Amino acid sequence: MAKFVLRRALISLLILCLAVSLLFGMIHLVPGDPASVMLGPRATPELKAELAQRMGLDQPLAVQLGRFVAGAARGDLGIDPFSGRRVTEIVLEQLPHTLVLVLAAIGGASLLGIPLGCFAAIRRGSWLDRLTAVVSVAFIAIPSFVVALYLLLWLGVQWRWFPAIGAGEAGNIADQAHHLVLPAIALGLGWVGYIARLVRASMLEVMEESHIRTARAFGLPERTIIVHYALRIALLPTVTILGLGIGSMLTGALFAEIVFSRPGIGKLLYEAVLNRNYPIVMGAVLVTTGFFVLSTLASDVVNASLDPRLRVEQGR
Amino acid sequence: MAGFVLVGLMLLATVCAPWLAPHDPLEVDVTNRLSSPSAQHWLGTDQLGRDVLSRVLFGGQVALKVSLIAISASMAIGLVLGMIAGFGPRWLDRILLVSFDTVRSFPTIMFALAIVALIGPSLNTVIGVIIATSIPVYARVVRTQTQALRERDFILAERAMGASTLRILRDHVLPNIAPPLVILASMDVPAVIAMEAGLSFLGLGVNPPTPSWGSILNDGYSYLRNSPWPIIAGGLPLIAVTLGFTFFGEALRDIFDPRLRRKDA
Repeated sequence: MAKFVLRRALISLLILCLAVSLLFGMIHLVPGDPASVMLGPRATPELKAELAQRMGLDQPLAVQLGRFVAGAARGDLGIDPFSGRRVTEIVLEQLPHTLVLVLAAIGGASLLGIPLGCFAAIRRGSWLDRLTAVVSVAFIAIPSFVVALYLLLWLGVQWRWFPAIGAGEAGNIADQAHHLVLPAIALGLGWVGYIARLVRASMLEVMEESHIRTARAFGLPERTIIVHYALRIALLPTVTILGLGIGSMLTGALFAEIVFSRPGIGKLLYEAVLNRNYPIVMGAVLVTTGFFVLSTLASDVVNASLDPRLRVEQGR
Repeated sequence: MAGFVLVGLMLLATVCAPWLAPHDPLEVDVTNRLSSPSAQHWLGTDQLGRDVLSRVLFGGQVALKVSLIAISASMAIGLVLGMIAGFGPRWLDRILLVSFDTVRSFPTIMFALAIVALIGPSLNTVIGVIIATSIPVYARVVRTQTQALRERDFILAERAMGASTLRILRDHVLPNIAPPLVILASMDVPAVIAMEAGLSFLGLGVNPPTPSWGSILNDGYSYLRNSPWPIIAGGLPLIAVTLGFTFFGEALRDIFDPRLRRKDA
């Protein structure tokens, strides 16, 4: 097991390094050097040279990459040329907003999706089951930013039930929660369907197993059997998928943050892209990619510890 | 069934857009901006007085073009790379696998944003990004299927008779992996359309004044407090089409693979 974890961790690290080099290479190979792009058309050569020197752009590419990787390993992602602040600081400042949003969305989606999938499995073939099947597919298919826009339009602007902009006053928990509702729904709605489908499928499998039959033979009430004996086991694969989902939810979070003008990594990256602020782009992409790779690694490891067959297959 | 109808309607409306559209989608009428639906403009007008219905109809062409080009290209490249990985020597397989995983390790939208920041927004950039991020998905499926097939008796028999690798891949592996690939592609359409619309919504896709569902939503978002109609009108076709293609893909899967239907129903 330890060998498997180590191997997977090394592969993840390799992938992360490759991803960083790829991005770094692209930034510097594309025509138009970052310094002149950032300073605009009216920049003098002296200004450009000064900025290039300040950002280390006058060094050979390999040296720059080496410096960046060495810095990143120490948690130093460079300096934002616009504000002069450290990129790490800026990224870490935005990260909690995104994490809260993602956790709220996943939490809400689980609260709705798990019971829905559980009921659908118990009453298999009923109208509730069929409705859940159609609704889950619908929720998964609809792009989250369209959901976000519609929510903003109706609940935020027309009816004014929820605030349309920002993350709420710092320190005021109730206000922040109020601001969190719409983005979290927009982000989590698709996951309700996804979770419901997963729970339903694994509940159906578990309910066929012999320990459930044994529990029935003992005359335990159906409720106890479902909640304590079936659902517990059925939730395991769902939990791993959720782990993986947190990484991919960053995409949806970006749209939710932009639509609701919420601070966060997605909005930071988006604005950096518009301003061609490459150090911030690099920092934000690196942090999110790292997050993504880490959550994939974590769910692989959990999966392997649950199912020994996977270890053999992956180690092939 | 609903999927077939929605997909059919979308194709029809998109192909016939030049005849169906009541106005030129680029025609500006500043005296009549951000108006509500009326007999003349069924879905109202946007901030430049352009007819939203006409823009929605022509926006379908962009969505269709992007998904058609991006999916067929990434499927073709993914097919070749996947077969090489699945049938070729193990070291090549390892290298290809790590490069697939590298591309997949970026959250798609982050990758797209980084690329757009570098080369600037255009429809071709969007198509390129979608192709680059989809190739690994197709290639991985093809690789797994090819690997499963290469040990089968009929392939071994073919080999023993001296068939070339190319012949085996073309005549025996390809027909066997085509159905799952087609299903995957049809399930991919809504994701690609959503991606194009998403990037255009962020102002990083099609260049104005080209109508796309995403850019209609972007215009609507900027003038949200003046008129809700562009957002409603731009979002509905997106919802209808993503739903339509998802149901369509599921129906297709049921036809090709009845085993899944039994388990899933």
